[in-house]
Amino acid sequence: MQIAARPATGGTILDITGDIDLAHSPAVRKALLQEIREKKTPKVYLNLEKVRYIDSSGIASLVEGLKASRDQGSRLILYGLSKSVREVMELSRLQKIFEIHESEAQALGT
Amino acid sequence: MSVGLEHGIVSPPGNRDATEFQNIDGRAGVSVRGGMLAKKSDKGLAKQLGGAGMLLKLNLLSNPEALSLVRATVERAAEVLQFPDDEARAIVRSVDEALANVMRHAYGGRPGLPIEVFCKKLKAGGAKGSEAGLEIVLQDEGPAQDPATFKSRPLDDIRPGGLGLHFIQQSMDVVEFSRKKGKNQLRLVKYLSPAVRQSGSQGE
Repeated sequence: MQIAARPATGGTILDITGDIDLAHSPAVRKALLQEIREKKTPKVYLNLEKVRYIDSSGIASLVEGLKASRDQGSRLILYGLSKSVREVMELSRLQKIFEIHESEAQALGT
Repeated sequence: MSVGLEHGIVSPPGNRDATEFQNIDGRAGVSVRGGMLAKKSDKGLAKQLGGAGMLLKLNLLSNPEALSLVRATVERAAEVLQFPDDEARAIVRSVDEALANVMRHAYGGRPGLPIEVFCKKLKAGGAKGSEAGLEIVLQDEGPAQDPATFKSRPLDDIRPGGLGLHFIQQSMDVVEFSRKKGKNQLRLVKYLSPAVRQSGSQGE
């Protein structure tokens, strides 16, 4: 799995490539918390277009990022969810808790 | 990443230190041999599960890097058995979460400890009057677990963790935990829907 950061309007886009599972969710958590807590980025966009699979540990990392962003008064915005990732969000009943958009253009337009 | 599954033989790609794949009957198909591996076979459980319909046995170590290999293998097995895509994803998700639970809880995050995964094709109307589907048994050598302590968190309680068991229970038709001969066993079954069974039998 790879994580790359690039600047975006009012914040940073984290491009994730690969599966977010038990082996790789700690790296996602670390990247999210670094942006939110340390860099105090006002908007963190998580690009999940190239994520084919996410497990419960990955979801836990996203929830931790969401809580951190709420504590900081910033925003965590997800986009590009695959069918598999969307299913897991729905199973967790988190699809309405997170701010989720279909595409990068839609996410950046918010 | 590609994983081949033909005639019950699995040919995994790299990561040779983490995983060994072999047929349950040991006749053929031991495609990868690594270093610190678990026992070569478990004839007791193989006999218990029944030889007929056994697709494969995976011996892996409690290394999270092995999970992607197992997901690819189980996904291919579900495809071969003609599970619809969404049900194949559900099976993969359940096995992945169950293995992650073994690594995190039964083995406390310690790497290099043995886990066995048995996959068996269930035929409709078998000896036990079973439905067609896929049976997967995970076995580990961790301390005895108390199933009463296996709890998902309420979904309304938005906090990290506690979702793995919920995913498994939502995805599989049978989820059974047992302790046998000093090993923890988790039995997962997903039945094929009647429509899939019908189309599958027409093609045979």
